[in-house]
Amino acid sequence: MYAIEIEKLTKVYGKGETAVTAIADATFQIKPGELVAILGPSGSGKTTLLTAIGLINEPTHGKVVIDGATVADGGWLPGIDLKRLRREKLGFIFQAHNLIPFLTALENVMIALEINHLSRSEAKSRATELLGALNLGHRLNNFPSALSGGEAQRVAIARALANKPKVILADEPTAALDTENGKNVMILLKKLALENHSAILVVTHDHRMVEGFDRIFHVDDGRITGEKNNSGGSVNHELG
Amino acid sequence: MNLAIRDIRYHRGRFILTSIGLGLLLGVVMSMGGIYRGLFADALAVIDSTRADIWVVQQNTNGPFAESSRIPEDIKYRIKAVPGVAEASPLSFQTIQIDRSGKPFRFFLIGYDLNGFGGPPEIVAGRGVRQKHYEMVAAKAMKMAIGEKIRLGLHDYTVVGITGKVVSSGGDPAAYVTLADAQDIQFKKDNSAIRNDRERIGENLGAIQALAPAQTKYLKQNIAGITESTHTVNTVVARLAPGANLQEVQERISRWNHFRPISVEEQTKILTKGMIEKARMQLGLFRAILLVISAVIIALIIYTSTLDKIKVIATLKLIGSQNRVIVGMILQQSLLMGVIAYGIGYLLILMTYEKFPRRIVLDAFDLQALFVIVVAICIISSFVGIRKALKVEPAEALGG
Repeated sequence: MYAIEIEKLTKVYGKGETAVTAIADATFQIKPGELVAILGPSGSGKTTLLTAIGLINEPTHGKVVIDGATVADGGWLPGIDLKRLRREKLGFIFQAHNLIPFLTALENVMIALEINHLSRSEAKSRATELLGALNLGHRLNNFPSALSGGEAQRVAIARALANKPKVILADEPTAALDTENGKNVMILLKKLALENHSAILVVTHDHRMVEGFDRIFHVDDGRITGEKNNSGGSVNHELG
Repeated sequence: MNLAIRDIRYHRGRFILTSIGLGLLLGVVMSMGGIYRGLFADALAVIDSTRADIWVVQQNTNGPFAESSRIPEDIKYRIKAVPGVAEASPLSFQTIQIDRSGKPFRFFLIGYDLNGFGGPPEIVAGRGVRQKHYEMVAAKAMKMAIGEKIRLGLHDYTVVGITGKVVSSGGDPAAYVTLADAQDIQFKKDNSAIRNDRERIGENLGAIQALAPAQTKYLKQNIAGITESTHTVNTVVARLAPGANLQEVQERISRWNHFRPISVEEQTKILTKGMIEKARMQLGLFRAILLVISAVIIALIIYTSTLDKIKVIATLKLIGSQNRVIVGMILQQSLLMGVIAYGIGYLLILMTYEKFPRRIVLDAFDLQALFVIVVAICIISSFVGIRKALKVEPAEALGG
């Protein structure tokens, strides 16, 4: 079973003459444990693709399947609880880490667990364990403003992993980091993908980081124009 | 995890300053309520302390507080003789402003009959007036010491006792002297004025050729006696005997010429509805305006605080947070701000209300009602922020 499956995924903004197709007929599958990048220039539709898979942006056409459950087929399926799915199945990592400034590192991770109905003590124990595993055991009670860029991004990763999601979606996770910290984050993501058996989909235009991915999709002007497999192969997509 | 408390903890300086500002505003609202109640208490202080059933005043007047009223002192004997009246006592009132230590010193002088009633309701220090002349009991608010002398009219008066908080309807502290002294202060002319009057009367009478010298002398003495008399009072108050019918007593006195018997209920109405109604309405309006300002300020604070948290709210939504978590955060902050500001306002007014120049009466019902209003304002004001927060799209968390 794939962690992510999309089929002919299309997102059109506006109607009639003003309609803009942000993403057209995107189709791919990502297995659990895979680290996949979507690479493309600004405005190419990467983030629209990510938000559609992240259950934030309703697709106009096409199908989205997360961890075997179909969530969209020409729009969200009726009665689907998007918030619950985002809580339970998805983890998000952002370009600017998006930690809550008034919560400590520990509380930033705990909040994701408490939202998912874990008790306070369970949440604290799991958050402490996760941050310890990411070498942030000494930063538990620091506010985000006191953390370095790399440390803050690791806290954000811990928050994304807190509920053991099947899919982690990352929006430019290395954009705000220097090369060394960016590489460390990529190494960490790859390790986590394998250890947690989670599919990790990263949207980036940071070419410095492409070596670390298992597969790379190139997106241009709303279409997936190519797929590169770091184990060797290269595929040209002729879609749409 | 309580996000409202966490946010306040992080931004504690801003929160405390905002709460203090709002607290000062609520303190002003509380003081307005206190002044409003104080106006009533002040207006009725003399009426309450006199404990009379009927106030007999000059006919066709609303005296002695709302209008000037002058009646002869000896009418007290006739009033005492009315069936149903247990006791009657003449009273004189006047507002006096003199210079004391280079500053204007204003008070309300009450003259009462030592053998009647209407004197100081209590003596908190010293003693009551015992001598017929030149002794005074001053209200605590006059800040006079026992033994201190004050010049009124032609004589010096010594403070022999201090009474509690009795004030005029205008809020001036009251002082008590004997009726004779009060009449002297109010009506007695100085010696040169008396000499002038006597000369004028003598000349006028002397110009009448028809009068014999003995007649002229007799008339001069009589006219001078009338013009120099101070036996005038502002009111005669009466207490009824147990079981007496107030209406019957009023009707009987009404039949006399030149007098109007006013019941204590009517006197209360004249004072509260007539004299302080406009001030009361003004204060009520001012209070309402201040509450509206408080509501606008709270709404603005909550709204800008929500705008500051747009990214946080979007992130919370993106990671699957329920709306109640976000709504709870905004609502709890608004309520906490209101409750803390109320506490600050209450403490402020509690520490300062006795220092206000006019009486502030902190009524428990008013304070409780204001608390409920503040809570309601906080809830309503937070809707603006909540509405904004609920409109935030999770996608706003993405991007730099």
